[in-house]
Amino acid sequence: MTALLTLDSVNAGYGSFAALFDISLDVEHGEAVGVVGPNGAGKTTLMRVISGLLPPQSGRILLEGESLAGAPAYRVVAAGIAHVPENRRLFPRLTVEENLRMGAYLPAARRAFGERVAWVYELFPRLKERRRQMAGTLSGGEQQMVAIGRALMSKPKLLLMDEPSAGLAPLVVEQVFELVKRIRAEGFTVLIVEQNVRQVLAVVDRAYLLETGRIKLAGSAAALQQNPVIQRSYLGL
Amino acid sequence: MDIYLLEAIINGLLLGGVLALLSLGLNLIFGVIDVVWICYAEVVMAAMYAVFWLYTAWHWPLLLACVAAIAFATLLGLLVHVIVIEPILGSAPINQLLATGGLLFFLQSLATLLFGTDFRNLGIRLPVLELGGIFISFSRLIAFGVALIGAVGLYLFLARTYLGTAIRAIAQDREVMGLMGANERRIYILTSAIGGGLAGLAACLLVLQYDVHPFIGLTFGPITFMVCVLGGLGNMIGGFIAAFVISQIIAVGGYYFPIEAAEVLAFVFFIVMILIRPQGFLGK
Amino acid sequence: MSGARDLRLGLYLPLAVMVVAPFFLSDYFLHLAVQIAIWSLVYTAWALMGRFRLTSLGHGAFLGVGAYVPTLLWNNYGVTPWLGIPIAMALSVALALVVGYPSSRQKVVGHYFALITLALGQVVLLVIVAARDVTGGSLGMTPRTVGHSWYALQLPNKAEFYVVALAAWFVGLVAWRLVERGMIRLALEAVAEDEDAAEAAGVDVLREKLKITALSTGLTALGGALYAQYLMYLSPDAMSGVGISLEIVFAAIAGGMYNMLGPTVGAAFTILLTEGLRVLFGTHFVGAANTIYGALLIMFIIFMPRGIVGTAERLLTSPRRPPAAPQAAE
Repeated sequence: MTALLTLDSVNAGYGSFAALFDISLDVEHGEAVGVVGPNGAGKTTLMRVISGLLPPQSGRILLEGESLAGAPAYRVVAAGIAHVPENRRLFPRLTVEENLRMGAYLPAARRAFGERVAWVYELFPRLKERRRQMAGTLSGGEQQMVAIGRALMSKPKLLLMDEPSAGLAPLVVEQVFELVKRIRAEGFTVLIVEQNVRQVLAVVDRAYLLETGRIKLAGSAAALQQNPVIQRSYLGL
Repeated sequence: MDIYLLEAIINGLLLGGVLALLSLGLNLIFGVIDVVWICYAEVVMAAMYAVFWLYTAWHWPLLLACVAAIAFATLLGLLVHVIVIEPILGSAPINQLLATGGLLFFLQSLATLLFGTDFRNLGIRLPVLELGGIFISFSRLIAFGVALIGAVGLYLFLARTYLGTAIRAIAQDREVMGLMGANERRIYILTSAIGGGLAGLAACLLVLQYDVHPFIGLTFGPITFMVCVLGGLGNMIGGFIAAFVISQIIAVGGYYFPIEAAEVLAFVFFIVMILIRPQGFLGK
Repeated sequence: MSGARDLRLGLYLPLAVMVVAPFFLSDYFLHLAVQIAIWSLVYTAWALMGRFRLTSLGHGAFLGVGAYVPTLLWNNYGVTPWLGIPIAMALSVALALVVGYPSSRQKVVGHYFALITLALGQVVLLVIVAARDVTGGSLGMTPRTVGHSWYALQLPNKAEFYVVALAAWFVGLVAWRLVERGMIRLALEAVAEDEDAAEAAGVDVLREKLKITALSTGLTALGGALYAQYLMYLSPDAMSGVGISLEIVFAAIAGGMYNMLGPTVGAAFTILLTEGLRVLFGTHFVGAANTIYGALLIMFIIFMPRGIVGTAERLLTSPRRPPAAPQAAE
């Protein structure tokens, strides 16, 4: 069966600065896959290449077998990939509900806005309380919820999450990963990029290790947890 | 208070309405797309000619001519973005400023070519109202009213409609808007069209009160920029307030001094304000 | 590098011929040559700021001061332009510094800077019009005519004025050369790229900006003064305000504001083009010439932002290097 997302020998970078080398990975329907690695490894670049914010220099990107490489972001979203950006990137002077409205920009989502927003509020009851509040005034954790909720509004086939724990207090980080489990339970396929290796390996099925733009390791979450390199460098064991 | 001073203040208020409308259009475009249309006043001029032509040469009813002129200006706004702005969106901002400057020349000269340099007038004489010794021209009153309605209409559009919210969103974070599935190019074109439409509306209000000639843009263009910068470039509320501040300075100044001196006063006020607070009243 | 030297010889020889030729040609060509020379000075002066990303849309202000002050002094007090012009230049510089000093301190850049300069140009225009009792307002004014007089700098003999114009043009080129070869260039290029970094590196940003502003505006005033003396007629729209300010910017950019002769080429290009269009269309289609001119200017910004000279230079000196993304204000 074709994987939901397949990257095949993707190279990408910014001008003459190459950031990703020969990346090949895939994500199956219903899976949760993690990409871990240190700062500067290219994790955010990877997300941007998949979601269409950055065109790849070579290689293939396939969503359910259809090529996405070079497609601009709005077409990638229409194809069914939603990207929760690093640092949330909410629209600060729009309300929570307006942010969610923007997440439902696609025609199908717009038509179904009422039911979708109700569902998102059910997932995140705190957001319902704050729906008329300016997004820029929310706490970090609340903003993360809005960002995830906004991405979910388009009922994506694949949800990309870029460092969801970044800049959040430990207790909030726990909540965020609980959320990821819940989203998975709702049936979404998720690709998470994270620096917090311990937490992410606890919620994903499989993971890749990205270092200096290359995939160094791949395997099930359990296998990676046992891996001595991971344990030494990233789990502090 | 001297009755003539009161009259000047009221006239200043009325004038402020149209100036506010102009500043809204310019600020909308700048706030969303980050370009200043140096030729914005010339788009207004073009629409003024459109009203004039349709009304006097083709004898259309005035209201219809105005609606057509607004449609024309909306189209013109779209064309300005697609033909002049889009090719250089990625370049240094000054290039966009200069390209619209070239368009300013182009529009002025085209108008000269088509209509000559004579001052043209609609030939409509609306009554002058008298309220307690104060004379207010009816056309000015209408202009103020319609301008306010236009401003409220714009506000409602931006605050309450889907596209309006999308326009506000893209002004806050352009890249992320793409992640929402929005084709930013289309939103820019829509914004430019709306900016053009607002210019068209302002044109209808101005042509009721003033003669049109190819260089009329130079009389209110620089003032409009000044208003926008004073309020904080891109900030529509700031521009709205600044419009009334400036129009009051000009009106009240015009009571004490010759009108050009009053305008000098306004400009000097502007320069001083900006040097004290470069981001304008409500700029960041 | 010998390629570059051959290029320069190939450029300077025809240039020398073109400079000297008008002396042997009719008054008509002298008329064009005088204008090209004077406006070259003005455009070069503008480019001294423009090339460092200090894009002024209000240089008409200094043109206006330069034109009106000596004429007013001459008409009302009999002050010779030889004194009046330096006074006008000093006043222009003072005006520029009064606005420039707080602007630089407040780090007014980009759009805001351009629009402030636009306001300044407009202020001067409005002052000229408002003071119509003294300046004749929109109708314009003329210097009190005394026939041929070096004292009054009134030289009906176009060849004589051409000498003066050439001298002025030369002054502009010398100023450019001095800036190009001096520390100020390195300092301002650093500022143009990253003002804060330059400051941190020890550049006195304020001082350097003010120095170039003073040079640029003073020379612009000189150009305005000479043009008024040549035409023997001044009007606020031709000498200040948005229109003329934009014309200056365009000519400098069309010619190429990063090269010494760029603005001069810009002057030649725009003046000859306008003249050519005027000859072509005559009085039949008033406005046709400028319409084409405006369209050309837009196309220049879009397709040739480094101007004629800049683009030619790129094409001729680095044929193998891949073209970099052009930016007029780089």
